[in-house]
Amino acid sequence: MAMTRDEIFKEVQGVLVDALGVDDDEVTPDATLMGDLGAESIDFLDIVFRMEKAFGIKIPREELFPAESLVSNKEFISNGKLTHQGIEELRKRMPHTDFTEFVDDPAVSKIGDLFTVDALVNFVEGKINA
Amino acid sequence: MRWIWIDKFIEFNSGSNAVAIKNVTMAEEHLHDNFPGFPIMPECLMIESMAQTAGILVGHARDFKEKVILAKISKAVFFNFVRPGDTLKIHAKIESIAPEAASTTGKITCGDEIIAEIDLMFSHIDQNLAGKQFPQENFVFTDLFAVVLRASGIEAPAWGVSK
Repeated sequence: MAMTRDEIFKEVQGVLVDALGVDDDEVTPDATLMGDLGAESIDFLDIVFRMEKAFGIKIPREELFPAESLVSNKEFISNGKLTHQGIEELRKRMPHTDFTEFVDDPAVSKIGDLFTVDALVNFVEGKINA
Repeated sequence: MRWIWIDKFIEFNSGSNAVAIKNVTMAEEHLHDNFPGFPIMPECLMIESMAQTAGILVGHARDFKEKVILAKISKAVFFNFVRPGDTLKIHAKIESIAPEAASTTGKITCGDEIIAEIDLMFSHIDQNLAGKQFPQENFVFTDLFAVVLRASGIEAPAWGVSK
């Protein structure tokens, strides 16, 4: 069933309010899951489970949050930053994500900032309206 | 005192849902301190009873091959006190289960009354994202849990881990 972007956002917002115990007005499109909404690693799995139920879709974990497997590859990381290859690989794996700010300082520690509410909405939009 | 907060399973549908019983008794030492003259079961132990019920259910779904660790209390709401003499029913249901983790929902009832609603998340810690290594023996599922399962008529492996 096709959904509008606004309907998807509302549903994602509900998922994050339940999974992270935040208020709905904190869940803005550019809020980052870890930095702004306080998500920890187990919360990412909680979010995946809840989104699968909310949208009736199947989400392989690497598809939505693929960064873990990438940072263990030496070709992609140098001095705590993603190499050009690393950035390209991440782009390929996370097509639902906005990299504009990240490429200026592609530190591994900043990968967490890529997981925004908007990225989740993009991901779901790609899945259900494909 | 042993670290076991359920007495028996009265329903067990592997991979789906289970109901355990906990009889609360004045013989439990902690009730005399919580609170002196007003003995009630601490809420944290109700969460533990749910963690044991749901955790064993999650473990059983993977033949107890995974180390199932309580990772998150997604929800814990309490509606009434639990007193010595009460028989609690702990209802747990698996909502989602994946190679890395599982989520459960549940409620605790006493008679017709809902005492608590408790939703949990468990991690299968050998599948952790950081690739951390843990001891090979399954230190989560002890023989005490196996005794409860067998006493409830449910097959349980001989883990050989006594705690």
